[in-house]
Amino acid sequence: MLSTKVAVSALFLTTAAFLAPQTFSAFASETAKEQETLKFGPKVTSFELDNGLQVVVIPDRRAPVVTHMVWYKVGSADEPPGKSGIAHYLEHLMFKGTKTTKNGEFSAKVAEIGGQENAFTSTDYTGYFQRITPEVLEEMMRLEADRMENLVLTNEIILPERDVVQEERNARTENNPGSLLREAMSAALYQNHHYGIPIIGWEHEVNALDKDDAIAFYDKFYTPNNAILVVAGDVEPDRVKELAIKTYGKVKRRAEPGERMRPSEPPPRAARRLSMSDHRVRTPSFQRQYLVPSYRLAEKGEAEALEVLSEIFGGSTTSRMYRELVVKQKLASSAGGWYQGGSYDMTEFGVYGSPRNGKTLDDVEAAADAVIAELLKNGVTEKEVKRATKKLINSAIFSQDSQATLARIYGGSLAIGSTIEQIESWPQRIGAVTVDDVNKAARKFLKLKRSVTGHLLPGPRETAKEG
Amino acid sequence: MRFVSLFQFRLAVLNVMALAFLALTTSAVRAVDIQTIVSDKGIKALLVEDYTVPLIALSFSFKGGSTQDAKGYEGTAQLLTTMLDEGAGDIPSQKLQEILEDNGMSYSFNSGFDRFSGSIKTLKTSADEAFKLTALMINKPRFDAEPIERMKAAQFNRLKAQETNPQAIASKAWNEAVFQKHPYARPSQGTFETLKTLDGKALEDYRKRVFARDNLVVGVVGAINPDELKAVLDKVFGDLPEKAQLSPVPEATFESGEDIHIEFATPQTNIRVAMPGIKRDDPDFYTAYLVNYVLGGGSFSSRLYSEVREKRGLAYGVYSYLGTYDSAGIVGAGTATRNERTKQTLDVILAEIARMAKEGPTPEELEKAKKYIIGSYAIANLDTSSKIAGVLVAIQEANLGIDYIDKRADYIRAVTIEDAKRVAAKLLSAKPTVITVGQKGS
Repeated sequence: MLSTKVAVSALFLTTAAFLAPQTFSAFASETAKEQETLKFGPKVTSFELDNGLQVVVIPDRRAPVVTHMVWYKVGSADEPPGKSGIAHYLEHLMFKGTKTTKNGEFSAKVAEIGGQENAFTSTDYTGYFQRITPEVLEEMMRLEADRMENLVLTNEIILPERDVVQEERNARTENNPGSLLREAMSAALYQNHHYGIPIIGWEHEVNALDKDDAIAFYDKFYTPNNAILVVAGDVEPDRVKELAIKTYGKVKRRAEPGERMRPSEPPPRAARRLSMSDHRVRTPSFQRQYLVPSYRLAEKGEAEALEVLSEIFGGSTTSRMYRELVVKQKLASSAGGWYQGGSYDMTEFGVYGSPRNGKTLDDVEAAADAVIAELLKNGVTEKEVKRATKKLINSAIFSQDSQATLARIYGGSLAIGSTIEQIESWPQRIGAVTVDDVNKAARKFLKLKRSVTGHLLPGPRETAKEG
Repeated sequence: MRFVSLFQFRLAVLNVMALAFLALTTSAVRAVDIQTIVSDKGIKALLVEDYTVPLIALSFSFKGGSTQDAKGYEGTAQLLTTMLDEGAGDIPSQKLQEILEDNGMSYSFNSGFDRFSGSIKTLKTSADEAFKLTALMINKPRFDAEPIERMKAAQFNRLKAQETNPQAIASKAWNEAVFQKHPYARPSQGTFETLKTLDGKALEDYRKRVFARDNLVVGVVGAINPDELKAVLDKVFGDLPEKAQLSPVPEATFESGEDIHIEFATPQTNIRVAMPGIKRDDPDFYTAYLVNYVLGGGSFSSRLYSEVREKRGLAYGVYSYLGTYDSAGIVGAGTATRNERTKQTLDVILAEIARMAKEGPTPEELEKAKKYIIGSYAIANLDTSSKIAGVLVAIQEANLGIDYIDKRADYIRAVTIEDAKRVAAKLLSAKPTVITVGQKGS
């Protein structure tokens, strides 16, 4: 096996938009975890252009490399009903040319200097980036600003791309029973919010998306006052400001998307259970997700407490879940938990486990329930809280080593409603979490009625498409 | 968290591709100030001092890898990557995990065909303790029965999952078809059979044979000066045996041309193509690298990308690569498409390979490839300490020389269009082996 970093880089060279849906949710949770950065890291500059574009500059002068990113505050959860997948499809189509730039021309400019590029879509934001040398930053800014308002689409170009998206869905979801179950679990967890709809879209709806859908979505949300520009790396803030005014500054305010009001969740009243079997499953697995608040929606200190709770409960091999289910009881081959705080609206606290050979899913679920029950009854310890907070804070220091990571932390956090001050104060807030905070959060949110539980089992081929 | 499995899923396919990529990344554009450090006990390391961020990244590798698994104990190196932090010296597994976590260091151990490698990243403030722990893990792992059983149980489940993962099925078939009776074809992840036999004795035997000083390379980047590093090198590696005891690995020979289909009921077919390639030390390596970039190595601009994805919408990802190993060179290509488009997609890929063999790249394509490959180095590899440490290790593994970073662009510029045509013809004219995993007909 090779290091993830190398293999992933190699992968991104050949697959456009690979960071797209699922991966991105993973990153959203890291985002929160790594926000420590600023306390130790570079001094960030921020300003706004007259057209409403927010600009953030993060200096990192160690190598002649710049990371240039534009984040739009729109994601799959902002899609109109019946048009699932349009946010992600549009992300693919943004590479197809403008009034003055031919299809593929922007990408060719990036490749010409050995740069990297990609784009991604989450439930809450859509991002585009290039990693380049400083001397071409201006040209990248010009081209990125150009496609903020001048996108041109023709059927000849966009129809094959819809097939590409379907192949992406095949690779990520249709070929993977675990992904199919996750889709079903999300649909059950969110009873009203569009988070219950997959980012990549339902297959039948994606098949019907057309040029007009893409342009309507583009015209509604792709506008400087709904975007954040992040430039990290070997460049002076003043230079970025000058270039930003010269390029993005010329883009007109194209729309007023207004406040993001999505359909919100009613109080959860019923525990939900799903079971899916598939001929491709060899090792069963158990998952549960509880509906919990994100950093943006949580009461003061609550999200930070959930973050620490997830570490203690299931974040590593010293966590309660791993020690109890894997080490002590020898029931599971893997077990843990997570919290994905980087979300605009409500979000999830997750629990998972997979039985060791010879043990059952029910054994694993019962043991996980016992770990949760014990935690709720007796609470966490001072020592556990200290260890978890230190670990979270350390992870933030490590993130300083990567300008790309810093750029994603800032862009991703700002795109879901954080402020720079909140990003900067994250380590202090994590450090302030007490035993009492963690216990309160656990008791408030780890209730079965807030959850959906999924079992993935070996079985006959019942998930095959019918017809 | 929950998407970690997605990455693993993808990594299973792209192992070989990543190797090719690593080989490439050992060439550079920017002058990096590299020092050669030799410790009192004679351990050599390449160092880039940098105090911008209060971190130290140390990477290392031992020549060895899965080829050194004893017969009947396939999967030893892989299991060892998971066992070094499961107890060492007087410290049992769970206690060690706590100490490592409290220290805040990040670490990973990996094994490929040819090498066992590791990466450590530590905050400067806790570096002494971090390197002490590293020394303990490398020199005195305990291999207690409980963690071994636990790691084997996890590996058992991974092997089970691979049985129905189309990409894993394709990778396994690929390895067997390409490497046949060569040690590379052995199951490096172990088998249900070898998982029964693997024990602490097998792990310690492997460690003693492979963890030595004469097959070790080290790269270090960050807030550490040469004297401090010398002490670290002696502490971590100084007590290892002087010489490794490696079983010789013969050169692999590969006669391509087979068609292998594995029927598997899933909507999307995985397609793999393999042909004999060249090794990293081949004089035509750079030329081959450029040719591959034009064919399917280049991001949004390769021929395969354009023909398979852009024009026809047949696939999300499509690639070709040079797989360069110590004892083999392979050209590979691959993609995935809905079952009913398998033949069409494969025809397009094979036609592009044949066209490249016949015509080579155009002069414009070659120029663009050169620009990309020269320029991409700093952008892809010099922006984090860990990546630079990885480069320092790769430079030594491939024996490229400490001045290689400065010379690399010249090697690439020197490639002519005639070279490119000759190498394209040489490299891509064999009948490829084709592997498909999916559902035929329907």
